[in-house]
Amino acid sequence: MGVQFLLEVDNLHTYFFTKSGAVKAVDGVSFVIKPGEILGIVGESGSGKSITALSIMGLVPNPPGRIIEGKIYYNGEDLIQKSEKQMRRIRGNKISMIFQDPMTSLNPVFTIGHQLIETVRAHRDVSKKQAEDRACELLTLVGISDPKQRLKNYPHEFSGGMRQRVMIAMALACDPELLIADEPTTALDVTVQAQILELLKQLQEELGMAIIMITHDLGVVAEICDRVMVMYAGKQVEFTDHISLFDHPKHPYTWGLLGSIPKIEKEKKRLTAIAGHPPDLQHLPQGCHFADRCKQAMDQCRSHEPVLKEISSNHLVRCLLYEDKRVELT
Amino acid sequence: MTTLLEVKDLEKHFPITKGTVIPREMGAVKAVDGVSFKVEQGKTLGLVGESGCGKSTTGRTILKLTEPTGGHIYFGGQDITHLKGNKLRRLRQDMQLIFQDPFASLNPRMTVEQIIAEPLKVFGVHGKERRKRISHLLEVVGLSAYHKERYPHEFSGGQRQRVGIARALALEPKLIICDEPVSALDVSIQAQVVNLMEDLQKEFGLTYLFIAHDLGVVHHISDQVAVMYLGEIVEFGNYDEIYAHPKHPYTQALLSAIPEASPHRKKERIVLKGDVPSSANPPTGCKFHTRCPFAEQRCRLEKPVMKMVSPTGQTAACHFVEEVSEVG
Repeated sequence: MGVQFLLEVDNLHTYFFTKSGAVKAVDGVSFVIKPGEILGIVGESGSGKSITALSIMGLVPNPPGRIIEGKIYYNGEDLIQKSEKQMRRIRGNKISMIFQDPMTSLNPVFTIGHQLIETVRAHRDVSKKQAEDRACELLTLVGISDPKQRLKNYPHEFSGGMRQRVMIAMALACDPELLIADEPTTALDVTVQAQILELLKQLQEELGMAIIMITHDLGVVAEICDRVMVMYAGKQVEFTDHISLFDHPKHPYTWGLLGSIPKIEKEKKRLTAIAGHPPDLQHLPQGCHFADRCKQAMDQCRSHEPVLKEISSNHLVRCLLYEDKRVELT
Repeated sequence: MTTLLEVKDLEKHFPITKGTVIPREMGAVKAVDGVSFKVEQGKTLGLVGESGCGKSTTGRTILKLTEPTGGHIYFGGQDITHLKGNKLRRLRQDMQLIFQDPFASLNPRMTVEQIIAEPLKVFGVHGKERRKRISHLLEVVGLSAYHKERYPHEFSGGQRQRVGIARALALEPKLIICDEPVSALDVSIQAQVVNLMEDLQKEFGLTYLFIAHDLGVVHHISDQVAVMYLGEIVEFGNYDEIYAHPKHPYTQALLSAIPEASPHRKKERIVLKGDVPSSANPPTGCKFHTRCPFAEQRCRLEKPVMKMVSPTGQTAACHFVEEVSEVG
């Protein structure tokens, strides 16, 4: 149990039990976060990145979802063992979350002020006046001018970018040590996305909190993350710092992802798309889950499941290309 | 080279009315406010801008899904601005649309065969011939004939978008207006669809009007690019010039805002302040002056006109093009 880590996720398995069988949404994910670090989780839809976040928050809908194995240590305490009451004290206070869609995360029938003050008072024993002052402070912190007036506005009076700022303000209400951002900029325009990323970076420096940044955009990762975990079909396939990921990507899936992004260069090259589509999580293929889409796939990829292996310091890859077993088998 | 589509001073104003009994016009949302461009046969024009800048409305107005309130649309030399009834319907064979959301644009109660058959039915292709065409179309977009019997929910997002493309191709159109065709898809699937669209363009000599907010994708697929801001085109030119030497401060800011998939970033970022102003009440003078880092008194009063900024036809609407481009 590492107390020096803020959060330690160890061999997490979150499955959804449906009528037609178990869906292995998260299947053995492990990682640690140090205080003040930004960790990126990248993957396509259905790769299990959001479910990993919901598992940490204790928000996996049960039934049908259940964490069937694994530990989540937060400052040395196992979150999975906590009761709902204890979790409520941690959620929002120590770990908070912002969601993808700022349009649906705010309640349209209450003012921003009402919702912010409610958040502050749910976690802290303060008077209404103090909570209002705190709300003003928070809006100023996230760069909304004239906060006193804006508190009286309803969500529909804010633009998409402003709403996401309000969501961030709400998440910061209790000075969390860890902020989980689930695709915070996906619904926004590039110019506004740049503003929000800038804001998150600046807040992270000022407040010293750690951030888990969930995204499918490798551009966003390059922009703000320290370390990156690439997920595919519920499993980590590559885990390294952001420089190595872009300079020396090792996993064929990461190559495919990087090749799929249109680059703004003089010469137009055909995109190296990944063929096919992600596997059905209920009927996962034997062996490596990526084998069907992989250009490097060998015969043993379909029978042997690769393990996550450290191939150089701080660079983990799950691929048979880097396993010694390959030599024995061929 | 022949011009397939020409748009001249296109305007689409949506009236704002007040009062239910006797509606009075209180103003107008100027969604499209004097847009002009040309698209050559077999080429792709990329139309970019933030949400609410009027790029989708431009596309819909060209297809005459909404009546333009001003300006002219020429398709293959013919003025189609006020075309109605049967003539319009026949024209629509040549212009098709691919939608953004592959989940919402296919009827969940129809099989793929019925979906693709719809346009063929309207234009009188029947029986064996129709079935043959549908099988062929599915193969063209990278699906198989056995997919015909399936319903949209049995497909992934990328496959659904392929069905949408097959439907658009059914009548062998000349022009396809693509309204954010890949923004709802994952990166790896997005690349597949972009590659497919490029192949189809080569094979059938299609002309695309490609509407998107992702500047990377637009760069990849377009021959020419038009940048829109609040219902107006602020910069127009060949893709390589616009991306290498953006002249308008808005284009510069847009380009610098793209998160690059590389940790070694060279350029300093221009972060625009604030949001896009409302198009019901746009700023005076240059509409961009409220967010422009170079704005001066003149920008607030006087509306800039499109100026030629390079010998190859790049144009930009800014009073200070020369000064600004030195900075960029």
